[in-house]
Amino acid sequence: MNTSIKHILLAEDDPRDAQMTLAALEEYNLINKVFAVHDGEAVLDYLYCRERFEGRVGGNPVAILLDLKMPKVDGLEVLKIIKADENLKTIPVVVLTSSRETPDLIDCYNHGVNAYVVKPVDFDAFAKAVKQLGVFWAAVNEPPPEIGGEKTSICNGEVISLEKKEVKNAIPAPTSHPTLRR
Amino acid sequence: MNMNTNVSVNVRHILLAEDDPRDAKLTLAALAEHNVDNKVFHVTDGEAVLDYLNCEGKFKGREGGNPVAIMLDLKMPKVDGLEVLKIIKAEEKLKTIPVVVLTSSREPSDLIDCYEQGVNAYVVKPVDFAEFAQAVKQIGGFWVMVNEPPPIGKEAAPTSGSDVIFSLKKKSRDQIGAGT
Repeated sequence: MNTSIKHILLAEDDPRDAQMTLAALEEYNLINKVFAVHDGEAVLDYLYCRERFEGRVGGNPVAILLDLKMPKVDGLEVLKIIKADENLKTIPVVVLTSSRETPDLIDCYNHGVNAYVVKPVDFDAFAKAVKQLGVFWAAVNEPPPEIGGEKTSICNGEVISLEKKEVKNAIPAPTSHPTLRR
Repeated sequence: MNMNTNVSVNVRHILLAEDDPRDAKLTLAALAEHNVDNKVFHVTDGEAVLDYLNCEGKFKGREGGNPVAIMLDLKMPKVDGLEVLKIIKAEEKLKTIPVVVLTSSREPSDLIDCYEQGVNAYVVKPVDFAEFAQAVKQIGGFWVMVNEPPPIGKEAAPTSGSDVIFSLKKKSRDQIGAGT
């Protein structure tokens, strides 16, 4: 029985961009969840269900929104690892970055990125782009079928519902955020 | 047919591969709602997709560079969509072109095959007309308006024989209807 909840993994180290992204995605009213991490190592730990995500259940995200410039392991490195791994390579990866640099575009597409979105500088344009992105990847795209067994509950602590009442409490101050304690 | 002669040198365009005339018409009309200066080039079988991309056959000498996305049906004559996908993703010069499968099939085997071959996205055509149109608009909204395509060389307007370029401006919707 498939008990996973459709969810998106957001990898974004800038707290303001993370908050804007989550707020833009929350307009949907869909039963999707957004799980936010803040560095590349956490993305990999999450996907491999290791370290603090050991025992994580809930299956693969339906899409990963991936910033490029991140601490510990940067986005391009994360992308390469994901797309080289037989168990992870079919997960849609959408890079969401400030960079419009040609080398970044070339590198990402050469490593099999599914899509590449340049963050608009203007707040309204940013929100609009994230909404379009969210609609497509959360509601229109059909993700790859989940392979392998799943357990019964989502990892605790950072699942952020897209229901309005939860989002406003969803971003704690950076200094107290559990993912930054290291 | 609307052959827009005021096309700028770097015209972004989509390649639509769809053999069903009704689905093609719905798709083109839904994409036309975006009201931006993008072009949609429509072919009706897999062989034409490859000829178009490789500038061969009736597309020999085609100008215009790669499309910013390919919307690809799976069940098509001559060369089917999965085979086209495999070929595109194995070819250095073509593999980075975003491919969005648009198909009636929700079969896990088709999903798995396409994702294994590196499809960028996979959309199941809704049965309901309004939902179909809405899904296509959302495809256009993301892949035309938001996604940054891979860097490509200089483009000029596509030229072709019998296939038709449809402008996405609203005023051309009537022409699309009249033309099919």
